[in-house]
This record gives sequence, structure tokens and C-alpha cells, in this order.
Amino acid sequence: MVPHPYRVRRRRRETHDTFTLELQPASREGTAQEKPIMRGESAEWDIPATASQPLSTIPAFLPGQFNMLYVFGVGEVPISISGDPADPTTVVHTIRAVGTVTTALRQLRPGDMVGVRGPFGSHWPLSDAEGNDVVLIAGGIGLAPLRPAVYRILAERVKYGRVVLLYGTRTPADILYRRELARWRGHFDFDVLITVDHALGNWRGNVGVVTTLIARAPFDPLNTVAMICGPEVMMRFAARELVRRGVPAERIFISMERNMKCAIGFCGHCQFGPTFVCKDGPVFPYRSVKDLLTIREL
Amino acid sequence: METLKPLLAEHPFFEGLEPRHLDLIVGCATNVRFDAGTFIFREGEEANAFYIIRHGQVALEIFVPQRGPITIETIGQGEVLGWSWLFPPYHWHFDARAVTLTRAIALDGKCLRTKCEEDHDLGYQLVKRFAHIIMQRLQATRLQLLDVYGVHS
Repeated sequence: MVPHPYRVRRRRRETHDTFTLELQPASREGTAQEKPIMRGESAEWDIPATASQPLSTIPAFLPGQFNMLYVFGVGEVPISISGDPADPTTVVHTIRAVGTVTTALRQLRPGDMVGVRGPFGSHWPLSDAEGNDVVLIAGGIGLAPLRPAVYRILAERVKYGRVVLLYGTRTPADILYRRELARWRGHFDFDVLITVDHALGNWRGNVGVVTTLIARAPFDPLNTVAMICGPEVMMRFAARELVRRGVPAERIFISMERNMKCAIGFCGHCQFGPTFVCKDGPVFPYRSVKDLLTIREL
Repeated sequence: METLKPLLAEHPFFEGLEPRHLDLIVGCATNVRFDAGTFIFREGEEANAFYIIRHGQVALEIFVPQRGPITIETIGQGEVLGWSWLFPPYHWHFDARAVTLTRAIALDGKCLRTKCEEDHDLGYQLVKRFAHIIMQRLQATRLQLLDVYGVHS
């Protein structure tokens, strides 16, 4: 459970409070040759990928899993992995700066060290979804834990039926991964529907909560596997709407968030009813947690 | 008019209606088209129709001085636009603007109101269907009000 030393390779601004860090294993030679390059208006910083021998690395991850990121001297936080599972050399996290540690993570620059433990937890059921339509529903920063699933599905597109991504954010300025969304939308066999909760008159896209997109999405409810990630209340309503449309509850999966500390089901901070979110989750079948979601004390 | 009957009969909004009721409704239906950017109705105008959107997208807007038009909701293909025709004083409460070229079936509200007064079974069927849409939109609006993607989430 000792963190692996990683260095920030690149930092990219996504929205006013969200950023993406690309990490690579720290090498024996240190970072003398690693000179940061600034791109654009301080929106992106990066250093060249190092070819030298890494000190240690974390194992490969599965889409939906998370890492514990340790800012030395500040603290450790659980962050979903949002990179490409086919690229084992780079660890990618999209982070919203809301607390002490995530704010410290935002202040990191290329070459700075960060500790990484992981990957932890359960993953999206991409193998089980093969042969089915796939509906991915993301709210806000919930798109980040689903992005590895999108990468995997696009890499193995032939294995799935219709695939649709429904994405809701607060305003048009809060849309994550704009360039990638545009690219995904360009695929003829990948539907992307986006909506925002609030917009001024110059926005020509959808306005309304993400659940309203479910009725507009093309999929066969009985042969669909749905994966949802976002604020808990949004997931609850999205899952209900999917069930109303005819998707069996056992084919709906949600990614839960709780106060994860140890990440191995030992400390009990993330206990959620009879489960620990860090060990048994974060990805749960909706059917197994449906009743727990309405218990206010949990 | 008869040509619109199959379209209306297939639409989920009219699912389960008796054929005689559908015939009454078809008698109040016309095809309409709105170019992108044009207003379908504006706040304060008389509300004398509702629309089944066949193609395109419509923004429900409210104009706020010094801020301009704010979109509250968008309504797309297959969805129903407008319920103020059903409730006195029959005036629109928001603006509806075609975001893209929009084709729809317009149902004459005055015509339908008259038929609903004459045939309360038809009236009940329509009110029941509109109540369902109003409930769905109210739930969605409540979720919007929660601001679930805010910092507290």
C-alpha cells in the first residue's frame, strides 16, 4: 500500500474548475531533462515522455476503476481513472478542484511528484455488454470515469450493438472533453446527445436535465446494458427512467462515490449499507443498491 | 386531413385513443413548418394550438431584460409542445422558437376545446395525457432547480 512515485507529464485545463493530469512513472534519472513546455494561455503544460527506467508502476486498470492520488504533505484522494486502458504507460485523471487535496493537485506543474496507489475497485461490465446496445449516461464530471469505457468500446466497436452517450452538464461552459466529444460524434455508429441545465439564447443544443435525453435515444431496452455516472440524485432518476423505458434493473450499472480513504475495504469510511464502495464498488449493479439509495442515513 | 390520421395514430401521445376520438382530433390537425430562428409563439399571445414535433428542435425561452433570451427547455422530435391552449386564460407563458427547421402537426386548440366540451370523454383523455407530460416536465424542472452539478454535489 505504498504509493508509487509518478510525475506530472501534462496538465490540461478542461473547465473553470476542472483539469486533467497525465502522469508517468518517475524515473531513476529524475527530471533534469524534463523541461516544462507551456501551450496556449497556460491551459496546457507538458514535458516530453521519458524513456528511462521507471522506479515502479501501478498495474493496468479496467474502465471504471480509481486510483488514490497522494499530494505529499497535503493528503490523498480517490480519483477515477479517465485515460485509455490500452495505454499502460500513462495514468490520466480528470479532477475537479473542490477541496484541499484536489486544489493542491491543480497547483502541480509538469515534473512535480505525486504518489499513486491503485487501481482499485470494480469496473464497468464491458465484457457482459458485448452483443448488446450500450447506453452511457454521464452527468458533469461523471463523464471522466466513463471515458475509458468509451475508448474500449470504440476500440472494439464490432462487439456491441447501438452505442449512445447521453451527457448532461450545468452550462455549455462546463462541457468536458469538447474535442473528443466532437470526434466521437463524428463516428457514424456512435450517438452522442448532450444537454445543459441552463443556457443563454446563443446555445443551439439541448436544454434540460440529462434524463430527458433517454426518451430520445435510439436503443432496444430489452437488449441494453446501461452505465451511469454522475451526482447520486441524477443517477437515481436516470436509472428510474431507464427502467420505465423497459431496461431491466439488473442491466443498469451506476458508479457510487463515498468518502474513500484506505481503498481496500479496511478503514470503513466508505461503508454503504453492507458494502464498501472502495472494494465492492465503485461500480454497482443498480438492482443491488436501488433500495440503499433511498435510505437517507447512508 | 385524412392523411394525418396514420401519423397521429402512431404517435405515443395518442396511443390507446378510441378511433372516434382520433377522428375528432384529426379534424383539428394541420401540417406546419417553421424556419430556423422563427417564433412559433410568443409570451402573452393567445394560445390556440399545440404541436406534435415531427422534425427539428424548438427552444422554450423567456426574455430577461439586459440578459436576453434564456432557454428553459428544448423540445425535439416526437415531443409535444404547448399546453396553455387547454387552460384559461389561453395565453402563452413563454416564447417558443424553432432552433432548426421544424416540421410539426398543429392541433387547433379552439377546435379541440369545443369538441372536448361536447364530448367529455375526449376531454378527459386529452387532459390525462397532458397531465402526464406536465408531470414529467415538472419533475425535470425540479431536477434542474437542484443544480446537481454545482460544487455541493
